[in-house]
This record gives sequence, C-alpha cells and structure tokens, in this order.
Amino acid sequence: MIANTLPKSLADNPRLDRWLGFDQPDRASVRVGKVEIGQGIATALCQIAAEELDIAIDRIDLTAGDTDHAPDEGTTTSSLSVEVGGASLRLVCAEVRALVLAAAAHQLGCPVNALRIHDGAILRADQPTGLDYWSVPVSLARLATGAVAPKGVAEYRLVGTNVPRRDLPAKVFGAGFMQDFTRPGMRHGHVVHPPRIGGRIASIDEAAIRHAAGAPLDILRHGDMLALIADNATALRRATFAADTAVRWDGLAPLTLAMQDADWLTTQPSQDGTAGDPHPAPPGTRISAAYSRGYVSHGSIGPSCAVAEFRDGHLTVWCHVQGVYGFKSSLVGGLRLAPDQVSVRHLHGSGCYGHNGADDTGFDAAAIALRMPNTPIRVQWRREDEFGLEPVGSAMHIRLEGVLAADGRLQDLTTTLYSGPHINRGGDGNLLTARLQPNPVPPSPVAETSAPYPGSGTRNAVPYYDIVGKRYRHHMVLGTPVRTSALRGLGAMPNLFALESFIDECAEQSGQDPLAYRLTMLSDPRARAVLRAAADMAGWSRRRPSGSGTGLGLAFGRYKNTSGYAAVVVELAADTELRLRHIWCAADAGLAVNPGGVIAQLEGGIIQGASWTLKEQVTFDAAGIASRSWADYPILRFSDIPPIDCHLMPRPNDPSLGMGEASIGPTAAAIGNAAAHALGLRLRHMPFTRERIVAALNG
Amino acid sequence: MSEPVTISFRLNNAQVSVTADPTAPLLDILRDTLHLTGTRYGCGQEQCGACLVLIDGQTAYACGRELATVAGHAVTTVEGLGTQDAPHPIQTAILAEQAGQCGYCLSGMQIAAAALLARTPSPSHAEIVAALDGNLCRCGAHPRILRAVARAAEMLA
Ligand code: FES
Ligand code: FES
Repeated sequence: MIANTLPKSLADNPRLDRWLGFDQPDRASVRVGKVEIGQGIATALCQIAAEELDIAIDRIDLTAGDTDHAPDEGTTTSSLSVEVGGASLRLVCAEVRALVLAAAAHQLGCPVNALRIHDGAILRADQPTGLDYWSVPVSLARLATGAVAPKGVAEYRLVGTNVPRRDLPAKVFGAGFMQDFTRPGMRHGHVVHPPRIGGRIASIDEAAIRHAAGAPLDILRHGDMLALIADNATALRRATFAADTAVRWDGLAPLTLAMQDADWLTTQPSQDGTAGDPHPAPPGTRISAAYSRGYVSHGSIGPSCAVAEFRDGHLTVWCHVQGVYGFKSSLVGGLRLAPDQVSVRHLHGSGCYGHNGADDTGFDAAAIALRMPNTPIRVQWRREDEFGLEPVGSAMHIRLEGVLAADGRLQDLTTTLYSGPHINRGGDGNLLTARLQPNPVPPSPVAETSAPYPGSGTRNAVPYYDIVGKRYRHHMVLGTPVRTSALRGLGAMPNLFALESFIDECAEQSGQDPLAYRLTMLSDPRARAVLRAAADMAGWSRRRPSGSGTGLGLAFGRYKNTSGYAAVVVELAADTELRLRHIWCAADAGLAVNPGGVIAQLEGGIIQGASWTLKEQVTFDAAGIASRSWADYPILRFSDIPPIDCHLMPRPNDPSLGMGEASIGPTAAAIGNAAAHALGLRLRHMPFTRERIVAALNG
Repeated sequence: MSEPVTISFRLNNAQVSVTADPTAPLLDILRDTLHLTGTRYGCGQEQCGACLVLIDGQTAYACGRELATVAGHAVTTVEGLGTQDAPHPIQTAILAEQAGQCGYCLSGMQIAAAALLARTPSPSHAEIVAALDGNLCRCGAHPRILRAVARAAEMLA
C-alpha cells in the first residue's frame, strides 16, 4: 500500500468499483467526478481509460458528476482534471487490468506475461483464450493500491492523439444540454431575487404579476423567497419581468458608481497576508506602477438552468454545477435535509468558466420543488438574471515596486494587491435562495484556502522569474459591493497582466529588448523554450522602435507557477482603439492527452483573455449590477478576432499539466505590451476602452 | 397573453399546426410545444444569435418573432438542417474541425452559416465573418468555426 502517494481523487475514493465496472455486456462503465464544461474532459478521460484497459473507446459508458454513482472528486476547477482526475483514473484502470490478467493467467495456468488484452479480450500468443473483462471473475470491491505501473508513453496508441470529442455530435445536431432535459409533468418556476444579497421583501403587487402572466400562475411565498410557477414558460417569463418592478425590496444600501472600479478596494477594510522575502528592498533604481481590472462576468451564452423533483421524501436535482458533491452539501445544509434525501446529477451546460449561476439555479429549483412535492420544477434563469445575479470575477488593484540593479536587471519586487474573494463556493447558507429561507442558515465565511498562498487573489502574484528578493502583501476585501467568486484563473489573469506589463516597463527603462530581458532572469528551460518558440513564430526580430502605430508585445506565464506554461505574442494596430492583427502562442502541457483539445483550450483562453482585456467590465447602478445585457456588456466578436497560431512543445515524457487557464494572463499582458509598443504609452487599467485610450493619449 | 389561435406553417419540411398564444415567441413554441430543443435560448433580446432559425431561408431570431408572424411561412431549425445520418455540410465540417467547446452557440452558428452558404456558395473570409458577426461564442471557438464554414463551402463547391 502506497496510499500516501495516490493522487487526491483516488486517495479520497480508493475503491476500484467506485470508478470502474464491467456489469453491462461488452461495455465498460467508467465513473468520474470531473465534469464536462466544454473543455473536452469527458473525451480525455475516456482516452486514458481505454488506453490503460486496452479496450475500444466506444465501449466506454461514462458517468460524470453524480452523487449516487460517481466518485467525489470535488470541483472541476483549476485545470486539475487531467493532472489529478486523469492520473487517478489511469492508476485504477492499470490496476484493474493487472488484476484481470493475473486471474486469467491463474485460470489458464500460464504466466501473466504470456497474455495480452486486445479490445477487452484476453489473448495468448495472439489467439483468443475465450476470456475477457466480462468473464474473468475479479471483484473490484477492493481498495486501490496504486502499485501497478501504468503503461509507458512508448506504448500509447490513444493517449496523445486527437480523438474527436464524444459529446460534440449530439450538440451539433441540437441536443445534449441541461436546457433540453425534461421530466413528465414538469412545470416552470422562478425565484424573484432581490437585485443583490441582503434584500428583504417590502411589498408585492401580485395582481400586476398575475396580469402579466395571462395564464394560471402559482405564487408561493416562503420567508423572503417569492416563487412563481406556471405550466408554460412564456407565461412565466412575462410574470418574471412584471415581478422585477412589482416586488419592492428593503435592506439594500444604494451602490455608488465609484464602487465598480478596482481602486475602491484600496479604501476598504481588508484581511491582510504577507509572504516572501522579509528583508526590506535593497538600494538601486526604483520603478513602480499600478495596474487594475474591474469586475468581470462569466458571460455564459446559455443562462443557467436546472430541474428539481421532490418525490417520496427524496430530492433529485439535475444541474450543470462544477461540483455535484459540494452542491449537494449546500442543498442539505441550506434546506435542512438529510444527506441521504438528496441526489445531484450533472448534465452538460453552456460553458461556465467558473462559478456562474449554475449552483443558484439548482438551489432555486430545489427550494421550489420541496414545497411542491411530486412536481418537477424547471428553473431557467433569464439573461438578465445570469448577468445580474451570478457571482462575478473580482476586481483587482495591483501595485508593483521594483529595484533595478546597475545592469538593469530586476533584483527586487514588492507586490501589493487588493482583491475581493475569488472562491465563494459551497457553504450551507451562501447561495442566493438559501438566504431567502425563513430562519436562514447563516452563510459560511469565505473559504479562500488555496495553498500555498493565502487568498486566491495571490494566484501568480509571485513572479516565476529569478528575482533575488520578492514579497507581496495581499489585502483581501470581504465586503465587495457585489458577490464575487471563481472566474477562470482567479487572480492569475490580473496578476500576470500586472507583472508582465511591469517586466516590459523595466526592460524599457533599462533599454533592453523585452524577450532578451526576460531570458536573463528565467532559468527554467521549459519557460525559456516557450518564450523563444512564441517569439520565433511571430518573427520577433522584425520588431521596430515603439510609437509607430503598430505594436508587437509578448508575455509569459506558468499558470499557478506549477501548471501549464504559455508564452503569447500579440501584433496589433492602435490609434484611439486597438485592433488585434495576429496572436501566436507556444505552450508546454507536458503529456497532452488530446493535443487538439489542448490547442482548443489555448485558443479559447486567448480569445476570452483578449475580450476581458479589451472590452469587459461589469457596471453598477444604485441597485446592483447594471450590465444585464450583451448590449451593456460587449464581448469580442468574429470581426475582432485575428488569426491565432498555437504550438505545443512536444513533451510526452513529462506529466500532464492543466492548460485550461494557461493562455489568459499572458494574452492580457501581451496586448498591453503591444499597445505600449504601438502607442508609446502604457495602458495599465483594463478594459482598454476607447475612452481610456483617448484619456491616456491626452495625457 | 392572447387567446390561443391555430397557426399553420412549414417546419423542417413538414406542415405543422399549433394552437397557442399567437404573441408567444417562436422560440418557446419550438422548444416547449413542438419539443424541438435545438434552437437555444441565450438572451431573449436579439443580441446573441443562439436562437437563430431560418424563415423562408433568411436568418431570424426566434426569441423575437411572435408565433403569428410565421403563419404560412417555412421555418427551418437546426434539427431541419441535417441529422447524424444525413448531416448538412456545415455540420460535417463543424465536427471535422472540432469547432465547438461547450457547443451551446453552435445551433445558431450553423443556421447563420447555412443561410450564408445558400446565398453565397463560395464566400470570402470577410463574408463569412460578416455573416457570423451577430453570433456570440464565449468559449472562443471562433477560429475553428470560421474554418468549418470555409470547409463546408468547399464541400458544396
Ligand atoms: S436568444 Fe435570441 S438572439 Fe439571443
Ligand atoms: S462553443 Fe461555447 S459558446 Fe461557443
């Protein structure tokens, strides 16, 4: 037993039969806790299982994210699904394969190494033995040892290839989403939410709501939860829009416009943490700058949706949350149920990119269903709800103070950052409708536990560069004006934007080329390799002096300083706005289980990162979030998107590194650096809107 | 809500009659009454393109079209473009390019692309971009979707 070396998912769920079974003829049932959120994980995990088991991938039936049937692997976040979930599944399958081969060898009276497996059938001297996974009696009701070595890379035939996404055909032909799921007798429900947390019902004009519905409507009041239920989605939606004005709320102090900007955080009480070199900065040439990002929406194209059913004392919720077990515990706590009364099943949603409205809609549906036993309740948030009520990515303000040595090298860096919380998941009383229940369960404090640094705002706050003295001070502001939670990369994007912009500013001050400057203080050969590769792809040597109106900028980041490497070069044209012309990215993912899928993640991260950088900021009015439509919250469109070339460094012998978030921060900084190169002036506050550029040009 | 009336139109090459509120959005009628859930709700404000359908071959936002306005017209949804056994070239091309991450935007993307290819058999890159520019994708599948439309055009050539 080498349990202490098992990957976390397997250590938490050590029974083999939690992961794998052969109970259906000719089929392998693979069960995992990591869920498909558009990143292709379902396919990558099937590749891993089929590879280790030596079966055809089409034989695999995957169950992902099910509190009754799948292992508890926590939440699908932080680019850990292949690193940890995949590693666990690989060990399970390798061990099961070995167990089955050993039993078959015993039965056949031959040595194990005389046997091999082809598509689930056990062969001896390449001839069928009549035995296979389905006929060899091996009980998987045992604990994994993790002691069976998986295949070597040289033996791979499926891992490392571009197996097509297994879920995509259904979606191309118009099916496959949570939003398409129905139950017999299902009705449509909606919880009328206050514009932000803390609202209490002051008055309700029921007649106006019923009139707008124009069809039979149930209005259910339970504490401060006001729910509308109709047979017909059209009637319900009409009622919900009427309710937006027909329900008045108490208990909300007005917001001010200043609160929507990151700088407001610097004026607030905070929980502070310090890490790094305790010594004061040494003497030398000082350089400092401050950078920021506003609040950013997840902006899922499909607003969140869930169905819940309470029957015979049991609550079942179908939803698209990133962590079914954590969500189940929020339901159990927030609705005061027993754990064995609740099942949560994951269905595919629109891409979420973090903690969007998925958990809240699931809770809404559950809270209504509990009060209407035997009636399945579907909750479909409106666009206005998804933008206005979901937790948003926190604003951040980052100040960097550096000391340059005589040769221009950055020898000391102090980072001071202000951020709201980036993780606000789970908790019994935290979801919106939990707070509206009579005698609500108190919300749990924010659980920002991401080791090794206090507060997820510090993700990538420590430079990956060889800088002699580096330290940071993190001010986490718990009292953000609106709810914040996980958005792709957490603090990594603002921190990498700030750091990589600052490195360029230091290079400029010391009169050095930004690429050469970085290479002088980056000893990790893999980091150097991606930087050089991206620069080569972009033709970095053609870069001219700044201020010409076109710019070439580069940036590097290793996500979390432990995960995927990415270097990005951006070429753009600039006057009073920025037009992207070309983006190149070189990345190191270690072993890429599905290289095409990794490239898709890199491309997606580049486009989303560019969109945040150029266009996006959540805006407030007195009530709460004002940007509740795509007109108020523009994102990048086809006509904004330049050619994008991504290259993966071949590293099949190194462990897989999560890539879902790797390209975002480097893209933001490369845009800022290219803009500075084009304009001859530095943009330090995202988004780089025309107003901000004009203001900067006017100095 | 208006009194239900019976509205007849062609849907994916078959005649249908629906008795429903004539002011209901076509999107709701397709999804909830006719159980064709491939047409997606994204914004309800004609701003994202997730709900695109073809009406007499032209793209239209199903979220903003009242049922009554399609009486006597021909409506095509993603289900009518093609099937797994007989896919439309854009569907074949989307799968060949693996041009989708979450895939939620793809119904609308395919409808916009099919309309383009029907009127412009060999579209330029700029024409493809212009035809899709009203369709939002949050996953950043854009480069692959553009390649898929170009590939579908080649298949049709
Ligand atoms: S749902 Fe119709 S355009 Fe967005
Ligand atoms: S693939 Fe997810 S929105 Fe386009």
